[in-house]
Amino acid sequence: MLNQPMVHESQLHVHPVYNHFLLGFPFLLMLAIYLLGVVISNRSYKKWPLYRTVFMIAGVICCLTAISRPVAGRSHADFIGHMMVHLLLGMLAPLLMVFAAPITLVLRALPINYARKGSKVLKSKFFRFIGDPLTASVLNIGGLWLLYTTDLFAKMQQNGMVHLFVHSHVFLAGFVFTAAYISDDPPSHRTSFVYRGIVLVIALASHSILSKYIYAHPPDGVPDRQAQIGGMLMYYGGDLIDLVIIFVLCYKWYKAYRPRPNMQQRVYDIK
Amino acid sequence: MIRDKNYIHKTSAIPNSFIHRNLWSGMLFGLGLIAFVDEVVFHQLLHWHHFYDKATTVIGLISDGFFHALSWFATVGSLFMVADLRRRKHWLPLRWTSGVLLGAGIFNLYDGTIQHKVMQLHQIRYNVDILPYDMAWHITSGIMIIIGITLYIHSGRIIKSTGANPENA
Repeated sequence: MLNQPMVHESQLHVHPVYNHFLLGFPFLLMLAIYLLGVVISNRSYKKWPLYRTVFMIAGVICCLTAISRPVAGRSHADFIGHMMVHLLLGMLAPLLMVFAAPITLVLRALPINYARKGSKVLKSKFFRFIGDPLTASVLNIGGLWLLYTTDLFAKMQQNGMVHLFVHSHVFLAGFVFTAAYISDDPPSHRTSFVYRGIVLVIALASHSILSKYIYAHPPDGVPDRQAQIGGMLMYYGGDLIDLVIIFVLCYKWYKAYRPRPNMQQRVYDIK
Repeated sequence: MIRDKNYIHKTSAIPNSFIHRNLWSGMLFGLGLIAFVDEVVFHQLLHWHHFYDKATTVIGLISDGFFHALSWFATVGSLFMVADLRRRKHWLPLRWTSGVLLGAGIFNLYDGTIQHKVMQLHQIRYNVDILPYDMAWHITSGIMIIIGITLYIHSGRIIKSTGANPENA
C-alpha cells in the first residue's frame, strides 16, 4: 500500500527536464559564486565568517539531496517522497542559506558602484513588497495551498515544466519567507518584532492546517495512506524548522531589546 | 515561601509594565507547556488523541492550527521574556508562576470544552466511556486556575508589602 506508485511508471518518461545534472547545475553555480565571493571579499574586508560558508555548503548539499536520484525518484513514485523533497527544498535548504547571508556577501564582493546599484535595487518598492513578512508568507504558504488543494499537483506530476516551475517556486518562496523573518541580509528587518511575530504565527498556523487538510483530503491521485503519512511529515517536520525560525526571531528581539543603562535605567532610578 | 534578600530590593525598582510582563510571560509559557504536555503525553506516548478526527469541524481545524503555532511561539518567546526580565532584575518568580498556572489552566479548559466538545477536534480517548475522562480533564483545568488565582493574589500581597507599586499589586 505504502509503495503503491502514485503515477504509473510509463508516465515518468514525460519528464524531459528531469535531468539530474541539469537540475543540480543552478545550485552548484550558486555555491561557486558564493565561494568566489568569499575569496574576493576576504581581500578587502574582514574575513568572512567560516560558519556562514559552512551553512551555504550545507544548504547546497540539502538541495542536491532533494533532487538526487534516490529522493527525487521516490518523489515521483509516492507522496511521502514528494513531501521529503518539499521539506528539504522549501524549508531546510532556505533556512541554512539564510544563515549564510549570501546577499551581504555578494554586495561586499562586487565592485563598489555595482554594489551600490545592487543595494538600490534591493531597496526598491518591489523588493520591499516581496520581502514583507505578509507577502512572503502568502507567496510561500499560499502557494502550497494552491498546489495541494487544486489540480496543480496532478498537473505537476504529468508535466515536466510545471514540475520544474513548482519546485523553483517552493525553493525561492521558502528563501524569501525565511529571510523576511530572520535574515541578516539587506533589505529585510524593516518590520517590527511584534508584526513579524503575529504574521509568523498565522503563517505557521496555515501550514499546520494545510498538513491536516492533506491528511483528510488527499490531492488528486494520492492514495489515502500516503496522504496521511505525508501530511504528518509536513506537520511535524515543519514544526522542527519553524522552531528554529521562532528561536532566531526571539533571540534577535532579545539582543535588540537589551537595556541601555544610560537611557531607560536612569529614568527608572529617578522614579 | 522563599523570599531571598534581593527580592524586596528588586521589587522596589520594578515599573508597572514589567510587573504585568511577568504575568503575560508566565501565561504564554503555561499555554506552551500544556500544549507540549498534550502533544507528548496524549498524542505520542498514550496514543489516546488522534492526529485527525473525521468529526472535526472547519473551525476546529483552524483553531487547532492556530493554537499549535501559537504554543511553539509562546514557549520560546516567553522564555526569552524571562531572560529579559532577569537581566533587568525585574523577574518576579511567584507572579510568573501564577501566570503559568493560569495560562495552562485556561487553555486546558478551552481545549477540553470548546476544542474537544464543540469543535469535535478529537476526544480524550476512544472506545471508552468518555465522561470520567472529560471530568478529570475539566477538574485538572479548574485546579490549575484556582491555584493560579491564589498565587496571583499572594504575589500581589508580597509586591504590596515590599512597598512598591501598591496600585498594581
